[in-house]
Amino acid sequence: MSLFLRDYLTVVWFGLAALVLAGLLLGVAAAVRPSRPTPQKVMAYESGVDPVGTGWSQSQVRYYVFALLFVIFDVEAIFIFPWAANVERYGTFGLIVMIAFIVLLLDGLVYAWKRGLLRWV
Amino acid sequence: MLALAVEIPYWGQSLLRVVGGIAAVLLPAGTIVYLFLFKMMSFMQSRLGPMEAGPYGSMQLIAEVGKWLQKEDIAPEKADVHIFRMAPIIVLVSTFLLVAVVPFGPQAYFTNFEVGIFYALAVGSISVIGILIAGWASANKYSLLGGLRAAGQLIAYELPMVLAVVGVVIQAGTMNMQGIVVAQNTGEIFGWGGLGFPFIITQFVGFMIFMIAVQAELTQAPFDMPIAESELVSGYMTEYSGFRFLMFFIGEFATAGVFAFIASVLFLGGWGVPFAWFGWETLADVPGWMNVAGPVIMLTKMLLLTFLIMWVRFSYPRFREDQLQTFAWKFLIPLALANIVVTAIIKVAV
Repeated sequence: MSLFLRDYLTVVWFGLAALVLAGLLLGVAAAVRPSRPTPQKVMAYESGVDPVGTGWSQSQVRYYVFALLFVIFDVEAIFIFPWAANVERYGTFGLIVMIAFIVLLLDGLVYAWKRGLLRWV
Repeated sequence: MLALAVEIPYWGQSLLRVVGGIAAVLLPAGTIVYLFLFKMMSFMQSRLGPMEAGPYGSMQLIAEVGKWLQKEDIAPEKADVHIFRMAPIIVLVSTFLLVAVVPFGPQAYFTNFEVGIFYALAVGSISVIGILIAGWASANKYSLLGGLRAAGQLIAYELPMVLAVVGVVIQAGTMNMQGIVVAQNTGEIFGWGGLGFPFIITQFVGFMIFMIAVQAELTQAPFDMPIAESELVSGYMTEYSGFRFLMFFIGEFATAGVFAFIASVLFLGGWGVPFAWFGWETLADVPGWMNVAGPVIMLTKMLLLTFLIMWVRFSYPRFREDQLQTFAWKFLIPLALANIVVTAIIKVAV
């Protein structure tokens, strides 16, 4: 197997190690801990007041604009990184193109800003 | 893993790596919790902290783990039980995936990805999923709000972090973590190699943005809106008890340690000493003893950086949610983009 694939296999081992460790510790805990559930214990904790309605209550989600902006900039980052590692190779041409790219995307942020979407009301 | 004369079979290497990885996750977490959370915080508040278990309370951690092991594991009756139980494990797994990329010496690394730092930024955000589903599955209004706040905060500060790293990648000319370490330690300040060239000198803005983003990613005060104990009673962790709560806790501080490791690789020269000290030219010249000295150097730098994180945590009051988002979107992100452009112009011009 190539060294490249082996490196990624190591990531799999690390993930498995975490799962095994968590399973082991939870297993030990399961062996020594008591389990005496009462109706009061398994009630949702809301500062001692009995919960009203469902826990999955509806509330205004203000984050969706931020989530959309996040996607824009995260995709931008994917394009910036390969260039960043080879700045010298692409030279002045690459620099101008990349600055144009960054300014275009910054434009999106400025637009959202001007529209008042970044305001928290 | 180590440059030994004998050839270690693949399964042996993997076992060594996994054991090293577990040490690299749990050791910093334990050190940070005892040294900073128990002792430093106590001294800053004019009290002694734990003193009973062992000399100066040094066995307190073992006592705590013993206590948490015996605690009842309660899941609320209305909760989505399977997802509820899964969430802390996801957070812990993301920490392990993150540490896999940190180099501790010339041969003492777990993985040597060509796109190392990019991988770290990618898997670093897996913990968001764990936190979000923990908040959702608890079927608790506090948890739901806490989970949503955490998700909003983590994606807002993910971007400054990613963009701050680009400056380092431009300077090093590689995304490989070892390459970044070598680039700093073979560097020279105006022809003088006595200090190498740690990127914190030219990327100080990037360093500050990165550390602020780390603070926010770890939901440490002043960025602890998602787990604000006075209004949300620990947010997404409200319904967790026993060992599952402890796993969130370990995950939080282990991630603090790993992010400090990554920051020290990116900005402080990582495991290396300036190569000019011993007349090394390339990575191949670095002798085997650096595999032992390297982890010690990394641990020192990690403690230095986590000290900063904790110092800020114990000193500042909490941001309001709108201030927090405004700070990220209207200040940090434009600043990080400007940092990229300036760094690139200087790199091309010089």
